Amino acid sequence: MNANLKPSADGVPLLDVVHARKSFPRGDGAELLVLEDVSLTVQPGEIVGLLGRSGSGKSTLLRLIAGLSKPAGGEVRYLGTPVRGPAEGIAMVFQSFALFPWLTVYENVALGLEALKVPRDEIRRRSLAAIDLIGLDGFESAYPRELSGGMRQRVGFARALVVQPNLLLMDEPFSALDVLTAETLRTDFLDLWSDGRMPIKGVILVTHNIEEAVQMCDRVLVFATNPGRIVSTIEVALPRPRNRLDPAFAALVESIYVEMTAKPGRGAALRVERAAGAGIDMILARVSSNLISGLIETIAAPPFSGKADLPEIASELQLEIDDLFPVAETLQMLRLADVEGGDLRLTPEAIFFADSSVDERKRLFARHLLAYVPLAAHIRRVLDERTSHAAPKSRFLDELEDHMSPEAAEQSLRALVSWARYAEIFAYDDETGSFSLENPT
Amino acid sequence: MPHTPTAWSTASRGAPSRFDLIALLLVVGLLAFFAEGSRGVLAPLTTLDASPVSLDPHHLPLYVARTTLRMLAALALSLLFTFTYATWAAKSHRAGRILVPLLDMLQSVPILGFISVTVVFFLSLAPGRVLGAEFAAVFAIFTSQAWNMAFSFYQSLRTVPAELTEAARSFRLSAWARFWRLEVPFGMPALIWNMMMSMSGGWFFVVASEAISVGSTTVTLPGVGSYISLAIAHKDLHAVGWAIGAMLAVILLYDQLLFRPLVAWADRFRFEQDPGDLPPRSWVLDALTGSRMVARFLRQLRHAGRAIGAAIRTTGPVVARLEAPQNARRLDRIATGVVATVLLLAVWQAAEFLAPELGWSDIGTTVGLGTITAVRVFLLIALASAVWVPVGVYVGLRPNVARVVQPIAQFMAAFPANLLFPVAVFGIISWKLNPDIWLSPLMILGTQWYILFNVIAGASAIPSEMRHVGNNFHVTGWLWWKRIALPAVFPFYVTGALTASGGSWNAAIVAEVASWGEERVKAHGLGRYIADATAAGDFHRIVLGVVTMSLYVLLINRLLWRPLYYYAERKFRMS
Repeated sequence: MNANLKPSADGVPLLDVVHARKSFPRGDGAELLVLEDVSLTVQPGEIVGLLGRSGSGKSTLLRLIAGLSKPAGGEVRYLGTPVRGPAEGIAMVFQSFALFPWLTVYENVALGLEALKVPRDEIRRRSLAAIDLIGLDGFESAYPRELSGGMRQRVGFARALVVQPNLLLMDEPFSALDVLTAETLRTDFLDLWSDGRMPIKGVILVTHNIEEAVQMCDRVLVFATNPGRIVSTIEVALPRPRNRLDPAFAALVESIYVEMTAKPGRGAALRVERAAGAGIDMILARVSSNLISGLIETIAAPPFSGKADLPEIASELQLEIDDLFPVAETLQMLRLADVEGGDLRLTPEAIFFADSSVDERKRLFARHLLAYVPLAAHIRRVLDERTSHAAPKSRFLDELEDHMSPEAAEQSLRALVSWARYAEIFAYDDETGSFSLENPT
Repeated sequence: MPHTPTAWSTASRGAPSRFDLIALLLVVGLLAFFAEGSRGVLAPLTTLDASPVSLDPHHLPLYVARTTLRMLAALALSLLFTFTYATWAAKSHRAGRILVPLLDMLQSVPILGFISVTVVFFLSLAPGRVLGAEFAAVFAIFTSQAWNMAFSFYQSLRTVPAELTEAARSFRLSAWARFWRLEVPFGMPALIWNMMMSMSGGWFFVVASEAISVGSTTVTLPGVGSYISLAIAHKDLHAVGWAIGAMLAVILLYDQLLFRPLVAWADRFRFEQDPGDLPPRSWVLDALTGSRMVARFLRQLRHAGRAIGAAIRTTGPVVARLEAPQNARRLDRIATGVVATVLLLAVWQAAEFLAPELGWSDIGTTVGLGTITAVRVFLLIALASAVWVPVGVYVGLRPNVARVVQPIAQFMAAFPANLLFPVAVFGIISWKLNPDIWLSPLMILGTQWYILFNVIAGASAIPSEMRHVGNNFHVTGWLWWKRIALPAVFPFYVTGALTASGGSWNAAIVAEVASWGEERVKAHGLGRYIADATAAGDFHRIVLGVVTMSLYVLLINRLLWRPLYYYAERKFRMS
């Protein structure tokens, strides 16, 4: 908790999101819901994390708060007043830094003040102070292209801080940086925060990195996908500065993994998506067959010997949850693994798969694909029934779009094509966009 | 311009530097040029007859100044058009659906067609004064410059990274500030490149736009174009030589004084954030940025810009209004309906205008002649491709050669076909050649270079790793061309061929009829049909010819080049 700040006396929260919804119109006139009934409150002195996989609506929510887009329902209130358009007092740090390449570090930082019509002397004083604070002294006249990723994001921070916002929004600000740089930047930021040297009163951090969320936040809101919504809230009461090697830290990370992989019925993220459809309306994740066999081999071998802790695999294989969860989900769908309570346990078939030759693996994979992925069985059946043994992609795409967004349909079909190619259950020609039973000669 | 806070405090003090001197010379020269060039613009039309264009080379500098000023005025107009039209098309989804196809259509209307149809209107704007004719000439040059600039800027506006726009909005930049600080800088490099292309293209039509003659109306404005057409009428080879020299000089001049500084300056707007090759340099830019006087002037300018921005700044909500989808769809339908009605009315009007004078046989004639011209254009593009693709690949893979070849090719692209009339007419008459074949090369004279430019760009963009793979696996000869070079340059080639094809259609009006003194050589084709109709002042046939040509260009673009372009983008584009 920021040392200088106590919840304000009159009890007005910094930010209040009440039952916010967001949807986009779809081609056929229907609506695609990306954010469903989200409510949250940020009190002064808090860092709140929005944690979830891509597509869980957390970035959408951040843009609603920033006033960059408008909710379809519900309301966003900043200091008690509804947000309509970008509000003075809310600043944002972007994942891709979003610096203007034709402006120097100084000019980039000064930009926000110029827009606010601050007198020139003050612009200069405040910009230089912000540059100084964030450790960019001496780089004032450099252009962004001359800086490393970490330095660029520092400019992003300085630009946000110079307008003296009450609320700082951060959209995965460290995810485009390498591990070491990200860590340095995070600790620098937390030091400034704890010392109360920044003007900000509250922070919202969007992330898909569980450890980052635990390290930085006072409270973590876990998001689920389809549609995006908050499934649970986790308080992080660990004292700062936090140590990743602290058993309490690790336990908290583990418990968030458990939360995110819980069985359905308990407001879970992972199982819900897989249970969303039992038929062809199941959205398939694009996971390469290489990654599937790689993960099976790793978990089948010691020290895991068939059962592994998800946080352990994540750190062992350097996988973010955006990479790990889709594979885990796919293994589960193919009945090659069971995921529960933050653990991943291989099924006997998967153990057999790990010990098999390439041809045996392909046969087993084909069997599971046809048995447990309805779309695979469906396409195979159609191809078998036709005398030409061929069918255009558009036929299946249309069918899928009755149940999901065009993007999801395209993604599912692409995922299936790559698995089917590995399993050799049917062929696909991208030039002509047609499925067939022929193998290329 | 100063970049650091410290530079600000010192820039305004101290004695004038040598940069100040150069900058001062440049500014004074520029003022003299504008004053001299614009003299006589307000004079009555009769003064043109009183002091006709003369072939005396001493008058040439003045003519060059007049012509260049016209082209710069047209360029300024094109910029204005670009910033408004393209911005509107990109910002409003609904307007874009009408404006973009309209721009496509405007692009395919032959430029000389604009002149014949609009000259009377412009002359009537300033009756009896030279100004009216100047309007007509500037407008004609404008039509040869504006469309590709607008398209380029539209493309840039559509591809501004979303996070940059969001950053600008979240830091509460007004729409006006966003436009000048984000969108214009982002589109600048592509826009400047297109401005250079436009200037080159404009020269081709200078001859036609300065010596305007439609039926009985004949206006000859003092300028290089009129000089050239007079030289041709008088069979004066010396004068043709002088004209070529003057053009070369002025092209070199504005390259040094205008475009090179612009390119060097715009280098900072390149979006790629990696430290690239050596940045382009320009001595003019160095002089201007080094000068304290200029720095002070620019600071004043920036203050003024800010004041305008403050005055214009909108106070309304920054968030775009989200309409209910049903409502938006209904508005879309209404918009489509309005456009369809206007189009139908226009077609009906045109038919009303044309029907009493022209029969089905006229339409048959123009379509037939169009086919002849189409065949000619295709054969020429094929021929030019066979020559310039290998050359372009060769040059593109050797940066040193490219640096030499690029400016030469740029000058060649600016070279008006009329200047080669003496050669063509003389050759055809003395060897009794078939004009249908031997006039054709004039059509592609200026446009073939677009193929070369683009192929060079494509070849120099081949990643060096790919070239190393070729070396490593000993891929040589035809296999190297088939598997590496041709696929790699194909998307670029299609862009170049598309431009060259459109340009050749345009050039047909000039190139299918060549004259040298009294002698005239004519080929069959739609271009000659329009040229003949223009000479005869037959407006019905001008309109019919122009419409037919536009339709041909539009159809060929839609049925051939566009699909080819998308195919190339999908299959061959790297990254």
